[in-house]
Formats: sequence, C-alpha cells, structure tokens
Amino acid sequence: MLMLHCPYCGQDVDETDLHAGGEAHLKRFGPGSSDEDFESYLFVRKNPKGIHVERWRHAYGCGKWFLAARSTVTLEVFGTYAAQTKSPPADIQEKIRAVDPDWTWEGEA
Amino acid sequence: MKRYSAFAIAREAMRHHQGWERAWAKRAPKKKYDVIIVGAGGHGLATAYYLGKNFGITNVAVLEKGWLGGGNTGRNTTIIRSNYLQDPSAAIYEKSRSLYETLSQDLNYNVMFSPRGVIMLAQTQHEIRGYQRTAHANSLQGVETEWIGPNRVKELCPIMNINGPRYPVLGGLWQARGGTARHDAVAWGYARACSDMGMDIIQKCEVTGVTREGGKVTGVETTQGHIGCDKLGMVVAGHASVLAEKAGFRLPIESVALQALVSEPIKPCMDIVVMANTVHGYLSQSDKGEMVIGGGTDGYNNYTQRGSFHHIEETVRALVETFPILSRLKMLRQWGGIVDVTGDRSPILSKTPVDGIFVNCGWGTGGFKAIPGSGWAMAELIAKGESPLTEEFSMFRFREGKFIDESVAAGVAH
Repeated sequence: MLMLHCPYCGQDVDETDLHAGGEAHLKRFGPGSSDEDFESYLFVRKNPKGIHVERWRHAYGCGKWFLAARSTVTLEVFGTYAAQTKSPPADIQEKIRAVDPDWTWEGEA
Repeated sequence: MKRYSAFAIAREAMRHHQGWERAWAKRAPKKKYDVIIVGAGGHGLATAYYLGKNFGITNVAVLEKGWLGGGNTGRNTTIIRSNYLQDPSAAIYEKSRSLYETLSQDLNYNVMFSPRGVIMLAQTQHEIRGYQRTAHANSLQGVETEWIGPNRVKELCPIMNINGPRYPVLGGLWQARGGTARHDAVAWGYARACSDMGMDIIQKCEVTGVTREGGKVTGVETTQGHIGCDKLGMVVAGHASVLAEKAGFRLPIESVALQALVSEPIKPCMDIVVMANTVHGYLSQSDKGEMVIGGGTDGYNNYTQRGSFHHIEETVRALVETFPILSRLKMLRQWGGIVDVTGDRSPILSKTPVDGIFVNCGWGTGGFKAIPGSGWAMAELIAKGESPLTEEFSMFRFREGKFIDESVAAGVAH
C-alpha cells in the first residue's frame, strides 16, 4: 500500500486516507483563453512512465491538498511538499536525479 | 493455412498430431510496410485483420514489445455487452457484439463466445432511473436490452441475495445477448488469420521512436532496427501516452491500474454475468468453474500492473453481501493491468496532429468487449481517413466540448 507523508499534519498516511488528484503544477487558464489552452489545462496530461509530480488530498485527515513526487514505475515516493509551492523543492529534485539522471523539471523554477 | 475442423482433429488423431501448423508465422521485419500497427493485443490484431479483410491492405506489420495478447487482452474479465447510453457508443459496441456472434466462424478459430446474458444490477434509486433511461435509449438505438424487476433477477441468478440490508437488489438492466468469450483465443484467432493473409506479427519488438518528415510519419525506430511505413496505427492501451510522446504529441489520457481475481474452481452455480456498479464489482463463472471477479481502478497514475490491496478488499466485501456463497471461497489468483482512461470515459479512435498516425486508445476499463468493432472501425479510419463509427471519438472532442459522457461507463465496471 502506498504511504505518503502529509506535510501539514506531519503524519505518514495510508493510501486509504488519501485522494489522488492527478498531475500537479498545471498552468491554469481563465476566461478569454483559447480552446487549445483550455484543453491542455483541463484534459491533456503528461501521464509519464517515470517521475510523476502529482496532487493528493489528505481526505480522511486534515482535508488539505499537498503535492508529491513519485515514480509510476516503481511507486517510490521522493517526497511530499505544500500545495502552495511552484516547483518541487531542491532536495526532492536531487533525490529524483539520483535515481533518474535524465529527469528535468519542465515547469516554473 | 490448414483449416481447423472436426475432420482435421480426426485426421491428426490418426497420425499422432504431427501435422498441426504453427498458428502464426515468426518473421523478421521487412524494411518497409504500407501500415504498421503498434500493439499486438486484441485491438491491434483486429485492426490489422479488418485492414486485410475489408480493404485488401495486407502489407502490414503488427509490432509487439512483449508477447502477443500479453497486456490487457490477457488480463480482463472477458465481459461482452453493448448496453451504452449514448448513440456513438451504442453504435460501436453493438457492432462489436454482433461481430463476436460470428467471430469463431469468421476466423475459423473457436473464441468460445458465450452469449449467456449480462445483467447490471440497480442497487440504488439513482441506478433504477439511470438504467431505465438506458433501456429506453437502447430500444431507440436497436440494442436489445430490457429493464427487469428484482424477482426476475433472482430467477436468472438464484445464488444472489436480493434482500441485502445495505445494497438490496432493486432490479436490473438485462442484455440477453451479452456474455463472455475466451480472451486469449480472440487474440490468437486474429493473429492466425492475419498471418495467413501474409501480415507479419513481430513480437519482442519495442518501438523506441517515431520518425517523421515534414509533419508526416515515415517509420518507427525499434529494438529490431528502423522499419519504414506510410501509415502508423498506435493501439497500445495503457502505454498510449508514452508512445504519443515519442511521436511528439500528448493525449487526454491517464493510466491507472485495474485489478481482477479468480476463485478456486467450483461446480456450475451461475450462468450469467452480473455487474454491480454501486459496489464496484462484477462477477461471472468461467468454463473451468472459477468465479471471475473484477474490481475498481486505483485513483493514481500507475504503470506497475499491480494494484492496491484495499480495492480487492472493497470489491470482495461488497460482493459477499449480494453473493453470500462467495464468503467461503478461496481466491486463487489476483492480477492487475494498466488501463488508459479519458476525461469522459469514452475511447479515442482518431487522426492525430502527425499526418499518417492514427490512434486507438482510451478504452479504459472496458476494451475487451469492443475488440472486433474497434478493429473494424479503426481499419476503415486508417484505410479511408474517416469512418462513420469513429467520427465522434476524435481526440480533439475535448477541445470542442463534445464529450461522449457515458453514465454506464463509470470508469469502473466493464
């Protein structure tokens, strides 16, 4: 069973207490944006076979959203961090590169 | 190809079974093909078969990174039905179900199609309304289904407890012409027929890149070298996003694990397929006597072909109330597959941003039932550039908001 550390409660939480929220750090688009932008924001996903940076909600706990970096191939979790963060923290990025040297962060710095 | 028949069995019995041919030929890839299909599962092989049968295109290779039919084709719970709500879904799934009826004769290969009937249980008031609506929609679409009451459900499936305290059975959507088939035989039958038409089925050949020139596909890089093609069909289910990335575009797809399990074999006790969507479980009995049980998907992106134990626990716990007979059965095996789920839970059969590349994916948790219909439609799409069955299933429908929102395709029970 997948276990994640909730950065708000400080608890290690079972998958059954969590709700998966899909890809994190999506670029959001508002009214007036093009159809392509809305499509990419609402539906199109990276869905990588490898490192996935994703949203989780501590549904049966504090109820807050947080973010996690996880491998979809080995299910290894590289760390979790607060949802208000724009990119994975440096220490998590380092841990990811130790396993997958080719991995690069494509989002905002 | 020597035909399989009762006479062939007698003939081979007389000569110690020395004369059986390989079902499909093992060949090295040629330099170039008219069409390459990536993925030798049911959908990929069916696409190749109907390209040859309906359109005379036989210079075709089917590439498979693992072994033939070793992905979701070999991992599903073999349910076949077509009781969908929306017109485009009903059309393609009903085409598929009707092709299954004559598939064994068509392929000269026994796919053991068993139209034993499929019932979807209504266990809440919402489901009653939902399935009655589906039954009405189906009668307009020419799909034979009916709404039946709880007593008729009990008649059809005596081992069911219809008075469960938490999930009473309030009725169901009954499709008498639905059923099951032997999943491996479907892949093997198509493969044998494709090979007989001169197509090359190349296993252990992983596609590592897609070569393009001026926005048009020219071939694929593989673990067995470069293979050229005029048209490329991507039919790889759970790995659709991975392959699309290699071709330079993204899909509205997320890959998650879906699990199933079988019990020890017992004497025949249930001769229909039962689906209980409220509790995320579905059940049938195989010819060997095993109870085949399917569960729900995991909520998170996953390529491991393993699911979480608690989903199995949930499924079994809920089914035991409706089927008390299951409570003392031992479970023999449990496994997972990676399913490709779209935003509206309907598949994608579509042209792509790259000229000459066509994609068939997004069947999510319910692809097996669609194999013949999907192959039929996909072959037409590749051969002619359009098909009436695939028109609504474009990958660009999300941009336009033209969803095919399936109430009975809840991303779970297929």
